[in-house]
Amino acid sequence: MTDIQTPRRHDATLQDVDRRAFVKLAVAGGAASLVTACGWDGGRLLRPGLLDISRVNDWVGEKILFSPTRLAPTYSTAQRSAKLPSYFISTMTPMLDDPAAWRLRVDGLVAQPLELSLDDLMRLPRVSYTVKHHCVEGWSAIASWHGVPVAAIVERCRPLKAARHISFASFDAGYSNGWDLASALHPQTILAYGMNDNPLPAAHGAPLRLYSPTKLGYKLTKYLVSMTFTDTRPGGYWEDQGYPWFGGI
Amino acid sequence: MRRHHWIVRLTHWATVIVLAGLIASGLQIYEAYARFGNRGGPYFVSPFDGTQFPHWSRLGGWLAGALNWHFALAWPLVAFGLLYVGYLVRSGEWRALLFRPRDVRGALEMTKYYLHLRREHPPQGKHNPLQKLAYTGVIVLGALAVFTGFAVYKPTQLAWLTALFGGFQAARYWHFWIVWMFVAFTIMHVILVFVVDPASLRAMLTGWYRGRFPSHD
Ligand code: HEM
Repeated sequence: MTDIQTPRRHDATLQDVDRRAFVKLAVAGGAASLVTACGWDGGRLLRPGLLDISRVNDWVGEKILFSPTRLAPTYSTAQRSAKLPSYFISTMTPMLDDPAAWRLRVDGLVAQPLELSLDDLMRLPRVSYTVKHHCVEGWSAIASWHGVPVAAIVERCRPLKAARHISFASFDAGYSNGWDLASALHPQTILAYGMNDNPLPAAHGAPLRLYSPTKLGYKLTKYLVSMTFTDTRPGGYWEDQGYPWFGGI
Repeated sequence: MRRHHWIVRLTHWATVIVLAGLIASGLQIYEAYARFGNRGGPYFVSPFDGTQFPHWSRLGGWLAGALNWHFALAWPLVAFGLLYVGYLVRSGEWRALLFRPRDVRGALEMTKYYLHLRREHPPQGKHNPLQKLAYTGVIVLGALAVFTGFAVYKPTQLAWLTALFGGFQAARYWHFWIVWMFVAFTIMHVILVFVVDPASLRAMLTGWYRGRFPSHD
């Protein structure tokens, strides 16, 4: 075979051309796929990969960036926003038929399951703060919240060793959220029965909602009925549709 | 002659693609709340208040899809950025790229040349002083994009960073404006490549330069 005699220089040029063509193709291909990709959530091909990366980001948010003791900045009551939008899933503001019969159920992997009335909750330690609310959409608003730290409930229900998560459930069309235990135990994570010095309004989750300035709004379950301690990671209304599970800020 | 190391070429073109995806998903995210300022105002002045950008310019389909793209693509932006800056530092190439006070005079001469107030192209090294200004600026812009991004991503955990940019809504505002600075840079950058030295495009692809400014190496 005479090919053995192929001059090196020639060889290099061929490679050069090939590589150049390849790079051009890759750039053009990348650009073209981006153009057709617009409005595209990744489809069957890429969406699972994007969700996997979102789980990695959850891990970074939970294990690296989250501090169990660092407090969110607080504001004066004079800085409260004039309005705070409220979202719910039901077509009309979810309301109880019989508010007096309402109880918060605390169950799952706990040594002491609880059924707490609003009066019971108000007798527990009370936390008040004025903080900035951050919505995943990009808006923010300042409001005051009053309630009992989730940590105070945890102290009383005594979760088993296996409990790693809490599922917060509501009476708003099955809306729920799954939380990691560390975020739930943060000193500013509360079950709020009051807002801006008043009882919690129906639009904002009466009689009781989860609140924490360490999470985006969609993690803050309104219209609470139960908190269930689990060993596996509970899903949630928006989380199951692709929103980041951790939702920490 | 050999001009661009493979790391420069790889990170350059990868950044173009990744940044396009970040901008497109960012415009989809923007749609969810197309203004800046706490609810109830006052709002920051912006010509894009309430703007919905054209369908072709948005990536992700809806907010959650766009967030997942955005947070996934942020990783390669940081990785390629660090690789590129790491290469500049290790190779010593940063000397040819970093705009320093002594480049001000040369930048004025180059401006004169572009405005036809001066006939000959001023002598230069690998990059002329205006290129240095633009390239140094765009690297700073990339770093700012990442930092404002973190400020918006974790306004509680990184409250000090968010405060540095003037608060959550201000950080959103700067994060958004950085996009238009990138776009402005890219338009000028591409125009100059084609008008001044199209051969540099081949050099950025293959690494080899065969154009009319060999002295620039
Ligand atoms: C995302 C937008 C872009 C950014 C941030 C960017 C950034 C840069 C930087 C920092 C350099 C200097 C590289 C070095 O020597 O170390 C450079 C050079 C270059 N870029 Fe871009 N670029 C972008 C888009 C483009 C596009 C779309 C083109 C296509 C025409 C292009 C063509 C070039 C060329 C030909 C050079 C080499 C110029 C020279 O030899 O001095 N760039 N770019």
